Amino acid sequence: MATAPGPAAGPLATVAPPRTGRFSGPNGRETATGILFVAPWIIGFVAFSALPMLASLVLSFTDFDPRQADEIRFVGAENYARMLSDPTLIKASAVTLRFALIVVPLSLAFALAVALMVNSTLLAGRNVFRTLFYLPLQIPIVASTVVWIGVLNVSNGWLNLGLGAIGLPAVDWLNSTFWVHPALAIMGLWGIGNMMLIFLAGLQSVPTELYDAARVDGAGVWARFRHVTLPMISPVLFYNLIIVLIATFQYFTQAYVITNGRGDPGGETLFFNLNLFREAFQFYNMGYASALAWVLFVVVLGLTAILFRTAGSWVYQGSGER
Amino acid sequence: MTSAVTPRLLPRDAAASAVRRPFRRFLAIAGFTLFATMVVSAFLMPLLYMTSTAFKDPNQTSTPGAPLYPATPDTFTFQGEEYPVYQVPTDDGLMAWALIEPHREDSVFIDPADPDAGPITWVGRWRTLEQNWTFGLDTGNFARAWEILDFPRMFFNTFAIAALSTIGAVASAVLVAYGFSRFRFPGRNGLFLLMLATIILPFQVTLIPTYAVFFALGWVGTWLPLIIPHFFANAYNVFLLRQYFLTIPRDLDEAAMIDGAGPFRILRSVIIPQAIPGIVAVSLFHFFWAWNEYFLPLVYLQSAPDLQPLSVGLGRFNALYSAEPTVVQAAALLAMALPVIVFFFAQRAFMRGVVFGGVEK
Repeated sequence: MATAPGPAAGPLATVAPPRTGRFSGPNGRETATGILFVAPWIIGFVAFSALPMLASLVLSFTDFDPRQADEIRFVGAENYARMLSDPTLIKASAVTLRFALIVVPLSLAFALAVALMVNSTLLAGRNVFRTLFYLPLQIPIVASTVVWIGVLNVSNGWLNLGLGAIGLPAVDWLNSTFWVHPALAIMGLWGIGNMMLIFLAGLQSVPTELYDAARVDGAGVWARFRHVTLPMISPVLFYNLIIVLIATFQYFTQAYVITNGRGDPGGETLFFNLNLFREAFQFYNMGYASALAWVLFVVVLGLTAILFRTAGSWVYQGSGER
Repeated sequence: MTSAVTPRLLPRDAAASAVRRPFRRFLAIAGFTLFATMVVSAFLMPLLYMTSTAFKDPNQTSTPGAPLYPATPDTFTFQGEEYPVYQVPTDDGLMAWALIEPHREDSVFIDPADPDAGPITWVGRWRTLEQNWTFGLDTGNFARAWEILDFPRMFFNTFAIAALSTIGAVASAVLVAYGFSRFRFPGRNGLFLLMLATIILPFQVTLIPTYAVFFALGWVGTWLPLIIPHFFANAYNVFLLRQYFLTIPRDLDEAAMIDGAGPFRILRSVIIPQAIPGIVAVSLFHFFWAWNEYFLPLVYLQSAPDLQPLSVGLGRFNALYSAEPTVVQAAALLAMALPVIVFFFAQRAFMRGVVFGGVEK
C-alpha cells in the first residue's frame, strides 16, 4: 500500500497480465512447468498441513499415545466430552481469554501510539527511533523473557526500584495472581515491532489532503486523529487485530519460561496452548491434545470469521483495492 | 501533535512571527524528540538492566545500597588488614574513610588518603553510612555461563539448524514463487489463496500427527523435524518473493527466452540475480526466525540436550540458575548478541520486508 499505490497494487489481484502466456509453445507445457515449480509447496501442503489436519481430527476421537501406537483405541467423542468437565482446561481457557482482554488492546494501542510518534514530523532522527522500537522483536523470546524476569524481580528488579523511587510499593509481578497478567502484557510490548511498522505504512498512505481539509474545517489534533487517521488506517488496524488475537491464543514461550511450564502462580499462566503442550508432550494424552488443537483451530477460525463479518461496519474500504 | 506547525497566520505582526516561527518549530522538535527519547529509553531499559547485571559481581545484586552499575565496594588495607570504605559526613564534607573499629554510637576510621594521620573517631552510627563503590566490570559471569551452557556447542547447534532450514526454505520458496509469478496454469489463483490461508492455520492442529510420524520414523531427538519441513516452501516466504519477482520486468525473461533459455535457465540467470535483495531479506527473516524458535525445538529435542539450540538451552539454564541473576543475564546477552548485531547491520532489509509482506496482505 505504501510502496506502490494505484489500482494495480493489490497483490491478491493475481489476474495475470495478458503477456504471461508467451511461454514458448503450447499452453499445456506452461501448465506443466508452472505446476512443477509450485510442486514443492503442494507436496509440503499435503504432507505437513492437509494430511496432518485430517489425521489430528481422526486422532481426536482416539486415546493415541505415540509410545504405544499399536494400542490405539477409538473412544468416540469422549475427548470432547472430557473438556466440559476438565477443571484445568476450563481454567486455562478462562485465563487465556482474560489475558487476551488485557494484552490485545494494550499492544494495539501501544503499537499505534509508537507508530504515530515515529511518524511525526516533529521527531528528529525518525529512522533511529523506528529501529530502536523494532529491535526487541529481533531478540530471541527466551532471552527477552529471561531479561524481563530480572527486571520484574520483586526485590532488586529495576521496575520495582523505579516504583520505589516515586514512592510506590514494590509489586511481586510474577508471583502475584493479580499482577502476573499485567506483567506479561508489559513484556509483550517488546513484540510490537511488526505491528508498529504496519501501522506506520498505514499512516503514511493517508493522503495529506485529508488532513489539510480537516484543518480548514477547524479540526484539532484529536479530531483529526479520530475522524481522519483512525478511519483511514482501519484496514491495518483490522489486520493487526487479527494477527495479535491469533498470537494471543497461541501464547506459549513466555508462559513456559517464567515458571518452567508449571503455570504458576495459581494456574494463572497455564494458558490454553501451554495446557495443550503438557497434555501432549508431558502426559502423552495425544488424542485429547488433538481434540484441544481442533477446538483451538475452530475458535480461532470462528473469531476471524466474526471479525471479518463485522469488518464491513468499521473498516474503511478503499475504492480500488480490496 | 502538530499544533506548533498549524499555520494560523494573522496578518498583523507577520514579520515578527516570521522570525519566531522557525524558533518555535525548533523548540517543538527538540521537546518532542526529548519526549520520544525518554519513551524509548524506558522501553529499552531492560537491555541496560541485562548488560549492567551481566557485568556485576554476583554479590552485588544482593547487597542493599549497591549502585545500579557494575561496581565493587572499596577497601583499604591498613596494617595488614582489609577494611571497608564508607562515605562519612564530616565538617569538611563527605569523606571516603575506611572503617577500622565499628561501634554502635561512634566508630574509628582511618583516612586512606592520609593513613599517617592515625585513627579518627567519628560520632554517629556507622550502619547509616553508605559504602564507597568503584565502577568495575566483572566478566566472570560470561565465563561461567559460557561453560555451564556449553555455549560453543549450543551456538553451533543453533547455527546449523537455522542455516540448514534457511537453505531449504529459501531454495524452495524461490522455486514456488517463480512458479506462481511467471506461469499460468489452471487453479493457480486458488492454490495461491490456499497457501496464504495456511498463514493463519494454528500450528497445533497439525502438530500431533506430524510428531507421531516423526516419532515413528525415529526422528524425534534429531534435527530432522526442524529442518526437513522447511524444504517444502513456507507461505510467508513465497509470498514475499513472489511480490518481489512481480516487480522484475518481463522483458528480461522474454529476451532470455528468445535467446533459447529454458525456465530453469531464466530463473538462474535473470530472476535470481535481479531478486538478490528480496532473497537476502527472506533468508535473514527465516534464519533469525529459526534462530529464535522455541516451541518446536522444545518438543523435538526435549530428550536430547546435546542437540538443543540456544533458545531451549537458555530456558533450561534459567530454570536451574534462577538464584544467580548475574550469570543468567550474561547467558541472555550471549544468546541475543548475534541476532541483534546482524539486525543493526541489516535493519533495512528486515523492516522493509515486514511492511512489504504485512500490509500488502
